[in-house]
Amino acid sequence: MAKRVGIEVSLAISEAVKQAKVDAIAAYPITPQTHIVEHLSELVADAELDAAFIPVESEHSAMSVCAGTAAAGARTYTATSSQGLALMNEILYIIPALRLPIVMTIANRALSGPISIWNDHSDIMGARDTGWIAIFAENGQEAYDLTLQSFKIAEDHRVLLPISVNIDGFTLSHVIEPHEFIDQQEVDAFLPEYKPAVQLNPDQPVSMGMVGIPEVYAEAKKCQDEVLKNSEAVVKEVFREFGEKFGRHYQVVESYRAEGAETLLLTMGSVSETAMEAIDRLQDVEKRSVGLVRLRLWRPFPSADLLKAVTGCKTLAVLDRAVSFGSPGGPVASEVRSTLYGVDGAPYIASFIAGLGGRDITIADFISIVDQAESMAESNENHQYKMIGVRE
Amino acid sequence: MAKKFNEMAWHEYPLGFMVTEPGCAAEYRTGDWRSQRPETDKSKCIKCGVCYLVCPEGAIVLAADGTYDFDLEHCKGCGICATECWTGCISMVEEGE
Ligand code: SF4
Ligand code: SF4
Repeated sequence: MAKRVGIEVSLAISEAVKQAKVDAIAAYPITPQTHIVEHLSELVADAELDAAFIPVESEHSAMSVCAGTAAAGARTYTATSSQGLALMNEILYIIPALRLPIVMTIANRALSGPISIWNDHSDIMGARDTGWIAIFAENGQEAYDLTLQSFKIAEDHRVLLPISVNIDGFTLSHVIEPHEFIDQQEVDAFLPEYKPAVQLNPDQPVSMGMVGIPEVYAEAKKCQDEVLKNSEAVVKEVFREFGEKFGRHYQVVESYRAEGAETLLLTMGSVSETAMEAIDRLQDVEKRSVGLVRLRLWRPFPSADLLKAVTGCKTLAVLDRAVSFGSPGGPVASEVRSTLYGVDGAPYIASFIAGLGGRDITIADFISIVDQAESMAESNENHQYKMIGVRE
Repeated sequence: MAKKFNEMAWHEYPLGFMVTEPGCAAEYRTGDWRSQRPETDKSKCIKCGVCYLVCPEGAIVLAADGTYDFDLEHCKGCGICATECWTGCISMVEEGE
């Protein structure tokens, strides 16, 4: 087993990007993502990474430059957060439409206003429908592993789509954790050089970013959505290969002590680790039948695996860390509800929102969520969502 | 191009909706967008070629005598040539007249 190294998660991510031997990085600093690209710029300046580091004046430009370098056939990386992701929004849609396999870390942070630099999932939820693959990491090791795997997923010729690796801002980005790094030789064997399917090349000219008149636009969008949905199989394939090679196994939907549980919690991101502690207490001390399901893959939404993971439970408490304003539930809960709608024996689904703008979600909060969900299920309470810990 | 985009099923589209054949926009007839068409009084034409340079559609073609003709299959009737012509010999005429 490789040696464990205590290092800040942001730096571990930079290390993964370096080991992936990216060709181009364009980024703009924004808290709490800054340490990642700051360290990458040092690695490039110190000639430890042979890449073009392109500083830009905004995130809109960062993503535009990434579009250009990826179109030219370069393995391309960027990272952002919150307002930065929002500023990229226009270009975010174009990247998957052009089938450019960019890898981006999002250090998830709340959107303004009020201005908040702290963690929640409102940034990625705002970019939910841009057509990117979106994966969540729960700790530093996962952030490192998933960054490496993301290049392989994105660049697979059956995929050729951009991918965001979501890590909770501060909670992950700024903590020092033990990481096991993979030897460069083994990384090279797992992740060979990027071979673009098509690239900008004066000898074989192509036009990218064409106009789509009404007669042709719908087919382009249908094609894009099918490719995104089909990428789930490649995600699983890469997870499997990684697990076989390095012994760390990933699933698109993860379960924790969920077998036969009557009530399930559903979480996404680093808060899942606190949720596990809550499950341990509920099962071991209070002898209650409560388990945990964690979504790792957010887009494409892993409906079949989710269905399998929750089949048999009576109550499903879904935790969201963002508000979809005016919507009948949290964004994750809404997807779960539509996945389970009309399914025989589907559980009662309770939607909770917590942890907005960096507010902690404690073990006690999780236990309260489980208590509330079970009593709501008892009375079959008709609700949209409940906010946890909000002063009334 | 073998099949045109508007004849293809979604799964037949090239990667990323890319166009791999240079100049194929010529296949798209934009002439029927036009409500006015340019006409030249060739007796006043000084063969300067300004109209040829400014046409955004590449719809102006050199004639054998050094003056210029219009490719009405592609001319959108924008009137730029008429505005820019040094001698004012191009006029825009309502279609259907
Ligand atoms: S009207 Fe416009 S499109 Fe037509 S020939 Fe003149 S400049 Fe070109
Ligand atoms: S701009 Fe006018 S004068 Fe010059 S070539 Fe064209 S039609 Fe003739």
